[in-house]
Amino acid sequence: MNGTNLFKIALRALANNKLRAFLTMLGIIIGVASVIAMLAIGQGSKRSIQQQISEMGSNMIMIHPGAEMRGGVRQDPSAMQTLKLENYEKLRDECIYLAAISPNVSSSGQLIAGSNNYPSSVTGCSNDYLEIRQLTVEQGEAFSDNDIRTAAKVCIIGKTIVDNLFPDGTDPIGKIIRCNKIPLRVIGVLKSKGYNSMGQDQDDIVLSPYTTVMKRLLAQTYLSGIFASALTEDMTQEAVDEITTVLRREHKLKSTDDDDFTIRTQQELSSMLNTTTDLMTTLLACIAGISLVVGGIGIMNIMYVSVTERTREIGLRMSVGARGIDILSQFLIESVLISITGGLIGVILGCGASFVIKTVAHWPVFIQPWSVLLSFAVCTLTGVFFGWYPAKKAADLDPIEALRYE
Amino acid sequence: MSKTVIELQNIKRNFVVGDEIVHALRGISFKICEGEFVTIMGTSGSGKSTLLNTLGCLDTPTSGEYYLDGISVRTMSKSQRAILRNRKIGFVFQNYNLLPKTTAVANVELPLMYNPAVSAAERKRRAVEALIAVGLGDRLEHKSNQMSGGQMQRVAIARALVNNPAVILADEATGNLDTRTSFEILVLFQKLHAEGRTIIFVTHNPDLSQYSSRNIRLRDGHVIEDTINQRVLSAAEALAALPKNDDDA
Repeated sequence: MNGTNLFKIALRALANNKLRAFLTMLGIIIGVASVIAMLAIGQGSKRSIQQQISEMGSNMIMIHPGAEMRGGVRQDPSAMQTLKLENYEKLRDECIYLAAISPNVSSSGQLIAGSNNYPSSVTGCSNDYLEIRQLTVEQGEAFSDNDIRTAAKVCIIGKTIVDNLFPDGTDPIGKIIRCNKIPLRVIGVLKSKGYNSMGQDQDDIVLSPYTTVMKRLLAQTYLSGIFASALTEDMTQEAVDEITTVLRREHKLKSTDDDDFTIRTQQELSSMLNTTTDLMTTLLACIAGISLVVGGIGIMNIMYVSVTERTREIGLRMSVGARGIDILSQFLIESVLISITGGLIGVILGCGASFVIKTVAHWPVFIQPWSVLLSFAVCTLTGVFFGWYPAKKAADLDPIEALRYE
Repeated sequence: MSKTVIELQNIKRNFVVGDEIVHALRGISFKICEGEFVTIMGTSGSGKSTLLNTLGCLDTPTSGEYYLDGISVRTMSKSQRAILRNRKIGFVFQNYNLLPKTTAVANVELPLMYNPAVSAAERKRRAVEALIAVGLGDRLEHKSNQMSGGQMQRVAIARALVNNPAVILADEATGNLDTRTSFEILVLFQKLHAEGRTIIFVTHNPDLSQYSSRNIRLRDGHVIEDTINQRVLSAAEALAALPKNDDDA
């Protein structure tokens, strides 16, 4: 049997029942559109979380003192003085999996500039900190080596600090901010990053050379932490192992001793959040998938009714020489055409809906090409699967009975 | 004697209904030659429908041999018979059986759609030719629901002609039509007969037998009469003799 002829026959049959064909399609359209839109929402929120994590520095490694017992009492990590500047220097010089490393000390207090003041904390760090936390100096400049060596009284401030200390819009560069009576000259302003997914203001930040904070603000010799970033996200584990080895050696820990520091990576956080969003995506896809199946059952229903309604037509076709396989193919082509057309409209509608959600509700939305392909493939299969039974029924009709059917 | 188109040899057809066996055809034998216009008559239950189904290769006999254009039908599979119907038989039904909402041309093209050897252009050409032959050259693009019963039956006849069949099987082809239109259709059949077509006309109406060249009468599954009609009446004359309808004026 000629394929193009069968295709034409099926097309004519559909054209004769446009409304019915469209109503049948509606199930598939809604199914496919919702699969695409739901997956787009799921993928969009996953992406936005991933992006926020990577904005914080997705390969960031945080080293804090910890897990020390003194006379059976576990100590507060922040009070511990086990992380020294020498540890930082060793790590900086020895670790090959690290792209950047910065000591971290912090002094909180009221910042004063002219008649304005604002409570914040000054973070002591090296220039690497900017890279680790994905910060960029928008205005002015970063610390010079000289600033670090001489513990220069300089600072780089975030947007929130600028807004609070210089509300009248004066250029903060070159101005003096006092923190705990120590005057710090503003040499740079960071590019705004907004809030992260944890609700922290990432612009509420004052950076000074770690030497300045340690010597001038805090007068302490230990670090509250070391921040580092692995060469790539995938190398995070190697970097962690390397840091552990170096620190255990430096701290002269016996093999039976526990680590006296803790290392945390963003990977843990990101995998936790990914699990959540993946679960959400799966749930949404399931709901949408169910609607696709319901759409498919709709096709079966209509095709089934259509076979009954067109029994005489089938009888006639058989009497003029259509074989069972021709009738089967015709009805299969009809249902596949319905589902493919419905699928196409659904794809367009789903993409449109995603776009509307993005522009109107401002939800993060991302359409993955595979989700479009998947739902399209599923709806084609739906057409064949749910079209098969009615088509088989039509093909198995006895032409004599069918011709006589009232 | 011209070529034999249909040959039945002791055809029997039994149906099992519940525990009973119904003998619809109890041994039927006849030959129909090319160019004959045969009327098969019989009352309800005489077996004429079963015989028509057998002749039309829609059904196979329980026993006996049926040769259509020299081909034995009894042992054929369903799809082989479908192809045979497509090439050798043209059906005309009582209720026309046109595809709804479909143009006359598309309806007539239908049998050729199932014949891959015929190209789209040839299909169209032959459909138009067949429609012209039945006098519907000006109704090519009319849809089936826009035509009268007589016109629909003409389309159905055109559809039966389009594959150039060995035999045209008409099942009560005038049964749904008024007297006048019935005669118009009969005129058409006589015209086709005159052109050399083989026509088998199944009816319960004995009046129609006067217009065909041969009459076969069935009763209880047997042929009780098989006569050559010596005086074939002209349907055209009968039509002219009918009182004029006001609607036709």
